[in-house]
Amino acid sequence: MKGNIHSVETFGSVDGPGVRFLIFMQGCAMRCRYCHNADTWSRETNQLMTADELLDRAERYRSYWGSDGGITVSGGEPLLQLDFLVELFRKAKQRGISTCVDTCGQPFSREEPFFSRFNALMQVTDLLLVDIKHIDENEHRRLTGHGNRNILDMLRYLSEQNKPVWIRHVLVEGFTDNDEYLRQTRAFLDTLRNVQRVEVLPYHSLGAYKWKELGLAYPLENTVPPSPERIQNAEKILCG
Amino acid sequence: MKVEIPAEVRNEAWRGFAGRKWKEDINVREFIQSNYTMYDGDESFLESPTEATDKLWGRLQELQKEERAKGGVLECETEVVSSLTSYGPGYIDESMKDLEQIVGLQTDKPLKRAFMPYGGIKMATQAASTYGYQVNPDLVKIFTDYHKTHNQAVFDAYTPAMKRARHSHIITGLPDTYGRGRIVGDYRRVALYGLDYLIGMKEKDLFYCGGINMSEEHIRLREEIAEQIRALKGMKEMAAIYGFDISHPAKNAKEAVQWLYFGYLAAIKTQNGAAMSVGRISTFLDIYIQRDLEEGTLTEKQAQELIDHLVLKFRMVKFARIPSYNELFSGDPVWVTLEMAGIGMDGRHMVTKNDFRFLHTLENMGPAPEPNLTVLWSSRLPEAFKKYAAKISVDTSSIQYENDCVMRPVWGDDYSICCCVSATQTGKEIQFFGARANLAKCLIYALNGGVDVKTREQVGPEIAPITSEYLDYDEVMHKFNAMMSWLVELYVNTLNLIHYMHDKYYYEAAEMALIDTYTRRTFATGIAGFSHVVDSLSAIKYAKVKPIRDEGGLIVDYEIEGDFPRYGNDDERADEIAIWLLKAFMKKVREHHTYRHSEPTTSILTITSNVVYGKATGATPDGRKAGAPFAPGANPAYGAEKNGLLASLNSVAKLPYEFALDGISNTQTISPNALGHSEQERVDNLWHILDGYFDQGAHHLNVNVFGVDKLKDCMEHPEKPEYANFTIRVSGYAVKFIDLTREQQLDVIARNEHTFL
Repeated sequence: MKGNIHSVETFGSVDGPGVRFLIFMQGCAMRCRYCHNADTWSRETNQLMTADELLDRAERYRSYWGSDGGITVSGGEPLLQLDFLVELFRKAKQRGISTCVDTCGQPFSREEPFFSRFNALMQVTDLLLVDIKHIDENEHRRLTGHGNRNILDMLRYLSEQNKPVWIRHVLVEGFTDNDEYLRQTRAFLDTLRNVQRVEVLPYHSLGAYKWKELGLAYPLENTVPPSPERIQNAEKILCG
Repeated sequence: MKVEIPAEVRNEAWRGFAGRKWKEDINVREFIQSNYTMYDGDESFLESPTEATDKLWGRLQELQKEERAKGGVLECETEVVSSLTSYGPGYIDESMKDLEQIVGLQTDKPLKRAFMPYGGIKMATQAASTYGYQVNPDLVKIFTDYHKTHNQAVFDAYTPAMKRARHSHIITGLPDTYGRGRIVGDYRRVALYGLDYLIGMKEKDLFYCGGINMSEEHIRLREEIAEQIRALKGMKEMAAIYGFDISHPAKNAKEAVQWLYFGYLAAIKTQNGAAMSVGRISTFLDIYIQRDLEEGTLTEKQAQELIDHLVLKFRMVKFARIPSYNELFSGDPVWVTLEMAGIGMDGRHMVTKNDFRFLHTLENMGPAPEPNLTVLWSSRLPEAFKKYAAKISVDTSSIQYENDCVMRPVWGDDYSICCCVSATQTGKEIQFFGARANLAKCLIYALNGGVDVKTREQVGPEIAPITSEYLDYDEVMHKFNAMMSWLVELYVNTLNLIHYMHDKYYYEAAEMALIDTYTRRTFATGIAGFSHVVDSLSAIKYAKVKPIRDEGGLIVDYEIEGDFPRYGNDDERADEIAIWLLKAFMKKVREHHTYRHSEPTTSILTITSNVVYGKATGATPDGRKAGAPFAPGANPAYGAEKNGLLASLNSVAKLPYEFALDGISNTQTISPNALGHSEQERVDNLWHILDGYFDQGAHHLNVNVFGVDKLKDCMEHPEKPEYANFTIRVSGYAVKFIDLTREQQLDVIARNEHTFL
C-alpha cells in the first residue's frame, strides 16, 4: 500500500512534543480561507510512498528526537488516507517511534467502514493534534465550507476513550478572534477530559503565495495577523 | 640542571592541590585532571553583576559607542611601537581603576589601537591613515629602510606564479601582511608555575639544544628559545608596570585570573594575528575559584565578578586593520576563543561551575561577540548544563558548539580552539594558519584552460579548455582533478614560504614561550566555495549543463536543463560528491612537503570572506551567478536546502572530520517560532538538535535564534539602543550585526530568508 504524500519536513518542532519528522499528506476536503498549505488540497496523486520508505527516511533523523520526538502526520487531511495511516503507524510502533496525527477531524464519522478503521488507528496513535477551526456551526461553514458537528463529536469520542489530545485554534481577525466565540470554545473544552494542551496559533499570511501559484484569489488579502494583545487575550480565554 | 620553585612558595601556592606529574614538570593537563570539580547542577547558584561590573561595563559601552561614531576606531597609536613594556598602565577609566578586579590593556588607553609594524609597515601605516592618523615618518623609515618586515620578506621571495594566484584570488586570505595568529600560548602556565620557573625551564631547554649537532634547525631553535626567554622576562616587567610580581605561582583565584590574563596580554601586545585565542581556561580557573570558595576567602558574587571582569578585557581586544582586511573578516573580530565543557579521557565530564559563569557573562553584561565562547559538546554532558547553554543560545545567539567526541580522539582532552573552529593541543602544539584555496574558481579554470574569466589572464596551467556543447561529467572531473593538483601544489608552496618568513621576521616569542620547546606543528590549509563545487559537479552529472561562451570562447555562464540533487538535503547522490571533494583535496595536500615537519590538515570554513571570495569568482555550473556570494564554510548553497534543517545538518554531518582536522564550519539560523512555542520548548528542542547532530560525528555548529525581520529592522535602524549589542553568529565567529558591512548584512539577510521559518 502506498500513501499519497505532499512532502516531508525533517525538522518539526511545533507539531507535537519534541523534535519531529513531519509527513504532509496530499488531499483535503476543507477549504479554510486562511489555509497556509493550499497546495495540499488536491487529491490527485502527487508522490506515492510506502510506509517503510517514509519510516526509513524519518529514522535518519532519529538521533535528534531524544525521548519526546517522533513523527507527526499532517496535511492535507491525514484521515482521508486512513488505511495507509494505520499501516504507517503500526509499523512506526513496531520500530518504537512515537506517533502523532494532526487533523481537523472533517472525515470523522461513527459510521462504518470509517469508524472501525479509525479505532484501529487510535490503537497505534500516541497523540492527536486537533484543530478546531470554529466553535460555531455556521461560522465553521463560512470559514471552511464544512460544518463542525462531526468534528466536535470526534473530540467527544476521543474524550470518552481518554485519548490524549492537543487542541489548536487559529486566531483570525473577523472569524475566530471574538471573545464570545473563544469563551464558547473554552466551554466546550471544559466538557472534555483528554485535553493536554491548548495552543493559540496566530494567523499568518506566509501561505498566501501558494494560493497565487494555484491561480486562486486569496480570500484574506486584507487580513492582518493578530496583535500581541489579542493573542494574549485569546490565550487567556482559551488556555484557561 | 634542576629548576625548582622554592618550597615555601610552592607549599602556599599549591596548597590542597592533588597530583604529582604536574609538580615535577610542566603539565597543566594533569593538574586539571587531578583537581577539577565536576558540576552536575543547574544555573541557580549564579550571581548577578556587582555594582563595579555595571559601572565598568557601562563605561565600556560608552566607549564602544564613541568608537562606532568615529567610524569604527577610537584612536590609533602613531608614535610608539607596541611591545610588552612600551606603555605605562592603562585602565578602562582612570577614575574607576580601583573597581577593575583584573587589569591590563594593550595600550595606555581603552580601545586605542597599537602600532604593530612587524607584520608589514605598509599595512600598519595604512590602517592608521584610514582612520585619519599619520604614523610618525621616523617609524616608517625605520621599518622600511632599517628593519625588514614579514610582508617585505614574503614579497621578496614570492614567485611570479604565487603573485598571480594571489592577485586573482584563487588563493586568498593569506597571512602575508599581518600576524598569522592561531598560536595559543598556554596562558595557564603563568598562573600555575609563575615566570621564574617557566624561564628556568626554557633556560634548561636552551642549554641542551644543539649540544651535539649544531644543525641549521638547532641554530634556529636556539635563537627562538632565547627570544622566548626574553619575552618571559618582558612579561614580568609588564606585570610590574601594573604593580604585580608574577615571578611566582598564583596563590588564589584573583591572582590566577590576573596572572593568566597577563600571559594573554603579552600575546596581544606583540602579535596582531587574525585569531588570538585565549584557549581552554574555564575548567583550570574553576580549580582556583573552588579552592577559595572552600577556604571561605571568596564568595560566589566575587567569583562571578572576577570572570565578568576578565571577559570585559576580552571584549576590549583590538587591532588596527586595513579596509581590505575588514572586508574579509567583517565586524572587527579577534577570535578570543575560549572553550568550556567537554569530556575527559577518563570519561568524566569536564563541566564546572566556571563554565556556567562564563556563559552567564552574556546575561550579566548582555550579548557580545568576544570572547568567542565555544562549548565542547557531547551528548554525555550533564543535562542541566546542556539546557543552560541552549538557553543562552536562544537568548543571545552568541555561542558556538563543537563536537568533543570527534576532537578528543585526535587532540586529547586539553585542546584549545585556536581560531574559529580549529583544535590544537594546548601548550603542546602550534598551527601554521593557511587561509584557503578557492575551489569554485579552480573548477572554472578547469573548464577554461586555466584562464581567469574575471581578469582574462592565464593564471593556471594552459590545459585544453572544454569545447563541447554540454559539459561531460567525466571530462570535467578529469580536468578539475588536474587543475586542483596544480592549485594545491602552488598553495602549499606559498604557505611554506609565508611561514618561513613569519618565523624569521615576526616570531611569536611571547606565545611560544608558553608552549613546549619541542612542539608539534600542524599545517592548516582550507577550502572556499565548497558547496558550489559540489552542486556544480552534481548538476553536470545529473542534469544537463550547457556552457555559455563569450566572444573570446571563455565559458562565462551556464544553462541548466533539468533538476539535480543538491548538497544539503541528506541526498546521497550530492553528499557523496561532497565527501569525494574533501578527500581528494586533502589527499593532494598530503602529497607535498610542508614546512618544519608540520602535519597537513584542511578546513571547510570561510569566515565572512564568503562574500569577498564570491565577488572575485565567475558564475558556477550550479546556477550561482558571477560575483554572487559563496555559502559560508561547509554550509549548503543558499536556497539548496529543500527538506528542512535536519536534512541539511545530516548532509554536513557526513563530511569526515578525519579529512578536515582543521574544522568544518556550519552556521544555521532558526526563527524562534520554528524552534518551539515557549522558551522551554526552544531550549529543549535545541539541545536535542545538538545531540542528534553531534552524535552523528558532525564537527561544528553556529546557532542563531532570531527572525529575519529583526535583521532587517536592525539594518535600517542601527541606532536603536536594543541593537547596540545585537550579536549574531557568522561562519566561525560572532559579530555585532551593526558592525558588518552593508553588503554582508544583505548577505546574512538573504541567507536567512531562505532558511528555516
